[in-house]
Amino acid sequence: MSTLISTSKGPGKPAGVKRFLPTMPPGGWSGLILISPPFFYSILMLAAPLLLVFLLSLWTQNYLDLDRTFTLANYREAVSEKLYQILMIRSLAISGVVTLVTVVLAYPIAYFVAFHGGKRKSMWLLLITIPFWTSYLIRVFLWKVILGYNGVVNGSLMGLGIIEEPLTFILYNANAVVITLAHAWAPFAILPIFVSLSKIDKSLLEAARDLGDSAVRRFLRVTLPLSMPGVIAATLIVFIPTIGDYVTPRLLGGTNGLMIGNMIQIQFGKANNAPLGSALAVSAMIIVASLSIAFVLLNRRYLRTKG
Amino acid sequence: MSIKAPRGLLIYAIIYLLFLYAPILLLPLFAFNSSSIIALPLSGFTIHWFALLLETEALHEALYNSLLIAFTTAIVSTILGIFAARAAARYEFPGKRGIVGFIMVPLVLPEIIIGVALIVVLIQLGMPLSAWTVIIGHVLICTPFSIAILQSAFNNMDRSLEEASMDLGENKVSTFFRVILPLVTPGIISSLLISFTISLDEFIIAFFLTGTDTTLPVYIWSQLRFPARLPAIMALGFIMVLLSLILLLSAEYFRRRANRIAGNPQSSKESIF
Repeated sequence: MSTLISTSKGPGKPAGVKRFLPTMPPGGWSGLILISPPFFYSILMLAAPLLLVFLLSLWTQNYLDLDRTFTLANYREAVSEKLYQILMIRSLAISGVVTLVTVVLAYPIAYFVAFHGGKRKSMWLLLITIPFWTSYLIRVFLWKVILGYNGVVNGSLMGLGIIEEPLTFILYNANAVVITLAHAWAPFAILPIFVSLSKIDKSLLEAARDLGDSAVRRFLRVTLPLSMPGVIAATLIVFIPTIGDYVTPRLLGGTNGLMIGNMIQIQFGKANNAPLGSALAVSAMIIVASLSIAFVLLNRRYLRTKG
Repeated sequence: MSIKAPRGLLIYAIIYLLFLYAPILLLPLFAFNSSSIIALPLSGFTIHWFALLLETEALHEALYNSLLIAFTTAIVSTILGIFAARAAARYEFPGKRGIVGFIMVPLVLPEIIIGVALIVVLIQLGMPLSAWTVIIGHVLICTPFSIAILQSAFNNMDRSLEEASMDLGENKVSTFFRVILPLVTPGIISSLLISFTISLDEFIIAFFLTGTDTTLPVYIWSQLRFPARLPAIMALGFIMVLLSLILLLSAEYFRRRANRIAGNPQSSKESIF
C-alpha cells in the first residue's frame, strides 16, 4: 500500500515534498475522491457516535442532568454488579452455543451445495436465503408458537402419543433462544462456508485419494482445514451480532433467558441511565472484540494466504 | 463436479430446509384460521383478519412510514454504494483496505450498538427522533450490502468497453453515465431492492430511533403483547412474506442479468449477492 519514500516518477513535484507523501498510484486521487462520500458518512454517523458513547460512559446521570466529570464509576458498576455479570456471562454462553450449533448445522449444508449442488447451486442458495427475508419479529414469534405449551411440537408429540405432558424445557428459557437464533442466523453461517468450500482446488482432493486417504481422512486432512477461513468468518458473523440481540430473549427467553442487550435497552429506555447503558455497551463490545481477536489468532494458521 | 450426493447428506439437506421453512409454512395456516387463538388444531377458514388489516389506521400510518424510510434508505445507500464500489473495484489508493473495511464494519456490529450510538448523538444534538433519524441508521447498515452487490457488478464489467469509450473521445463523466452506469444498472436495481427489503424489516435500530413515526416492525412489536391482535399480525406477516419474496426474486433476476450483461455468466452461479 503506502510507502513513505516515493518511487513513482510523477511530474511536477519537488523531490523534497515527494519524499514525505505516500506513493500515489495512478488514479489514486480519483479513488480517494470517489470513496470519500461513503467514508465521511461512516465517520460522521458511526465513528463519531461510537466515540461519544465512549465519552458518555465516563460521565454520570444525575436525574435529568449529565455530570460531565470523568469517572470510571459506570464501569465499576458494570463489572461488579452481580446482575450485569450474570447477564454478560449468560449472553456470552448463549451466543457461544448459538454460534456452535449454527455453524455445525450449517457446515453439511454448505458442503452439500458446494460439492453436490451441481448446476442447481444458485437455486439451493436462494432456497436457503428466502426464509431469512421474512419479518424477523414474526419469525421469532412463530417459533414461540412452534415451541409453546400448546404449540406445534407439543401438540403433535402429544397427538401421536409420544409424550403425555407438554415439554416445558423448550420455551421461556435459553434453549428456545438458542433454537430461534440458530434459525435466524443460518444463512450467515452457510454462505461464507460455502464460498470457501467452493474455492478448494479439486485436484488436492484427488491427490489425497490417489495417495490412499480414506474419505474421512481426506475430509479431516484436506477439506476441513482448507474450509477453515469460511468457518472462522461464519463464527464471527454469527457470534458478534447475536450478543446484542434483545428481541429473541424478550419474546422467548423468559426471565432466565434475558441477555445483556435487554439490559442496555432498559438503561437507555425505562431506567433513563444512558451513561450506564453506554458503559455496558462499551464493555460488551470490548469483551466481544477481544474474544473475536483471540479466536482469529488461535486459528491464524488456517488464514495464511496461499500464493 | 457433480458426484451423486450420499443419501445421508441429501436427507440432512431436506430436513434442514424443513427447519428453515417451518415458521413460514405455519404463517398461512394461522393467517387464514378463524380462531382468534394462535394454536393448533385449526378451526376454520376465514379472510376476516385480512379485512381487519384494511380497517386498522395505526397500521396504515406505520406502513407509510416504513415505505418512506425504506425507499429513501435504498436510494441513499445505493448512491453511497456506487461511490465506494466503483472506487474499490477500479482504483488503487492509499489506505484502501482500511477505508473500505471501515465502511463495511456495520455488517459485523451488533445492531443495538448502532442504535445506541446514534441515539446518544441525536439526544446530545437535541435533534428530535423521526423517520429521518431511522433513515440515518438504516443507511449505515444497508450501504455495506449495496457495496457488496455493486462491487461484483463493477468487477465483472469489461474494462475494455470503458477504454474504448475514452478512446472514442468521451470524457470521464460522460463515459461513466453513458457506458459504465448502463452496464451496472441491473446491479444497481438489485442493490436498491436488497436495501429496501433490509430497511423494511429492520427492527432493533428503528425501535431506538423512531420516536413517534412508528415503523411497521415497531408496530408489530407493539401488537405482539396483545393476544387478540395476533391473528391480524399473522395475516400481515403473510402479505409481507409474499411481497419480500417478489422483491427478492426480482433482485436475484437483476443480479444475474448484471453478471450476464457484463459477459461473465460463471460468476452468477458463485455467489448470492
